[in-house]
Amino acid sequence: MSIDTKKAFGARDLSDREFFYGHKACAGCGGSVAVRLALKVLGERTFTVVPAGCMSAVGFIFPQLAFTSNAIISTFAGTASMLSGVSAAIRALGIKDAHAVGFAGDGATADIGIQALSGAIDRRDKIIYICYDNEAYMNTGVQKSGLTPLGARTTTTPATGGGSAARKKDMFEIVAAHGIDYAATASVGYVQDYINKVNKARTIEGTSYIHVLAPCPTGWGTEPDESIEIAKEAVDCGLWYLAEFENSDYRLNRKPKEFAPLEPFLKRQGRYRHLSASDIETIARYRDEKWRRIRRWDSQLNQDTHQDAPLASS
Amino acid sequence: MSESARVFVSGNEAVALGVRLARPHVVAAYPITPQTVVVERLSDMVADGSLKTEYLHVESEHSALSACMGASVLGARTFTATSSQGLLYMAECLHYASGGRMPIVMMNANRSLALPWNIYNDQRDSLSLLDSGWLQVYVEDAQEALDMIIQGYAIAENPAVMTPIMVNLDGFVLTHTYELVDVPTAQSVDRFLPPYQTTNKLDLGAPKNMGFTATPADYTEFKYQQHRALLDSARVIEQTDEAYASAFGRSYGGLVQSYQAEDAELILVTLGSVNGTARVVVDGLRAEGRKVGLVRLRFLRPFPARELVALTRHARAVGVLEKNVSMGYEGTVFTHVNSAYSAETSAPHVLNFVAGLGGRDISRQDIISMFDQLASVDPTSERVRFVNLKLQII
Repeated sequence: MSIDTKKAFGARDLSDREFFYGHKACAGCGGSVAVRLALKVLGERTFTVVPAGCMSAVGFIFPQLAFTSNAIISTFAGTASMLSGVSAAIRALGIKDAHAVGFAGDGATADIGIQALSGAIDRRDKIIYICYDNEAYMNTGVQKSGLTPLGARTTTTPATGGGSAARKKDMFEIVAAHGIDYAATASVGYVQDYINKVNKARTIEGTSYIHVLAPCPTGWGTEPDESIEIAKEAVDCGLWYLAEFENSDYRLNRKPKEFAPLEPFLKRQGRYRHLSASDIETIARYRDEKWRRIRRWDSQLNQDTHQDAPLASS
Repeated sequence: MSESARVFVSGNEAVALGVRLARPHVVAAYPITPQTVVVERLSDMVADGSLKTEYLHVESEHSALSACMGASVLGARTFTATSSQGLLYMAECLHYASGGRMPIVMMNANRSLALPWNIYNDQRDSLSLLDSGWLQVYVEDAQEALDMIIQGYAIAENPAVMTPIMVNLDGFVLTHTYELVDVPTAQSVDRFLPPYQTTNKLDLGAPKNMGFTATPADYTEFKYQQHRALLDSARVIEQTDEAYASAFGRSYGGLVQSYQAEDAELILVTLGSVNGTARVVVDGLRAEGRKVGLVRLRFLRPFPARELVALTRHARAVGVLEKNVSMGYEGTVFTHVNSAYSAETSAPHVLNFVAGLGGRDISRQDIISMFDQLASVDPTSERVRFVNLKLQII
């Protein structure tokens, strides 16, 4: 099937085939949604690399193997480097029209795997690296990662100590600083936007990085049927954002005029239930600080179209 | 017998020449002393078009082997090279590649391990990874290095083996010294080493999930098959040595190589380049009428226990000379040699000579002294002996 990458990639364009099927992910797992949708966009001529983590734990236990296209588990630190090898072999063996895609969690990406990812981007290896960000080491039982947000309770940042004191690395800006060929942020709450970005990545002659927010009911303390809604709300309240980086330009895909209220978003999640009003104010302050930066790169490059969004109070 | 070119090159350059002849699809490497010249020469070959390969300049040894694994599972022939700290940095990937049955060839320049920092030769790096499931060969000179890179692919890719191989060269002693080396023609190597073929790969026509998890119900059987493959590789190593001899006129004897051992009363067991010095010593002592000999262990995995016993069981005493010690016990090679004798009703006295750590020279006089100690061995004396230990500075 040939796909027109210029027009939006719609539900009708998605393959009917399932490439990630019969796995035992938790009900409401945002990461498995991200994997399933991306593989439906990329199609059967795809080599998938997943590191040790949730997706390999739920889909890759012999003899119950849940990927129906080619897939392999990499070392925890080695998602990007194994993808680089796959991509090099695709070229060397003359395999046509094939994709090398990786699905790594936040810890595998921002912590232990960041060196290999940095190297792959530097070499401009033709790989698609998708980070499904559920904001902690969920597979091992919810420990803090470099992408755990401020205040979030994990088993290593307990509520009694106020939750995570770190503010979450911005992987999008980190990879953009490499001058990467294509980078994007996404959310499983904005499905159309996410699959458009995967569809864009498949056309890139170089490295693509997509960072997709993917709620984890188990770790976030939410109901399984809330995942998509919460992933959407995270964007709406300004704690996450939808953007792209290409040809050295940043582009904000969604410019909220007003942020949705922060407190209800936080308080519906068990991981934030311990937060005080002043904690929430602190989170709002950091959010606003971040948006001043986002607006700077967006407005400098896209002055004609940009409208400043007033900052909502928490 | 085919034509060849005779060149004056370093051990590192001999490795690079061997790699070029083996035509790997993908090379991924990271520089480290004293292996660096290998990655430089391969870069030159890619730049001048004489090596057609996808060369990945990776950012670490972990990524070097990880990238080789990614390429290998698609059916590509791959090469990497490392040393010392770099070998340990990729240690996780060593077990991964062997467990995944990926026939990668890797050169390791044997170098000491920090702390204290030291860039010179000993063999503690690779010996500490004997349990990683790789075949390990230790070469004596640059010619053997070139030959074992080519043979390495033939052995590793054999369907009965499907196991990665580490070709070990003593750092500086071999990597940075120059020798005349016969370089076979590309055509003759192509005949000896056909392209890598396997069905055990990620394949768009026959999709697979590889590198999976196995539960307690199945894990043992995967490991047993891997163990069998390493044991069975002994036969493949010997056959490959014979095939190489008929194609290129050079044989190394398979798993072990002996020198004047048949009637020797005292035998020194060696590993790697020190065997050259030891051979000169044996010649000198033989001229004096002393019955001494050598057995060089070429491979430590698979371990040639049967061959070693057959070549040494008649001796009165055997010394194991190794640039290594497993602290808190004894030399690892010594442990292996003693284990080989354990099934025998009678065995020679065995002494362990720990020498050459951190690049300290092993002189002819040192080796003469080892034979003297073997001649006067008594069962009550200390078996593990550090050669030239400077007790006065401790």
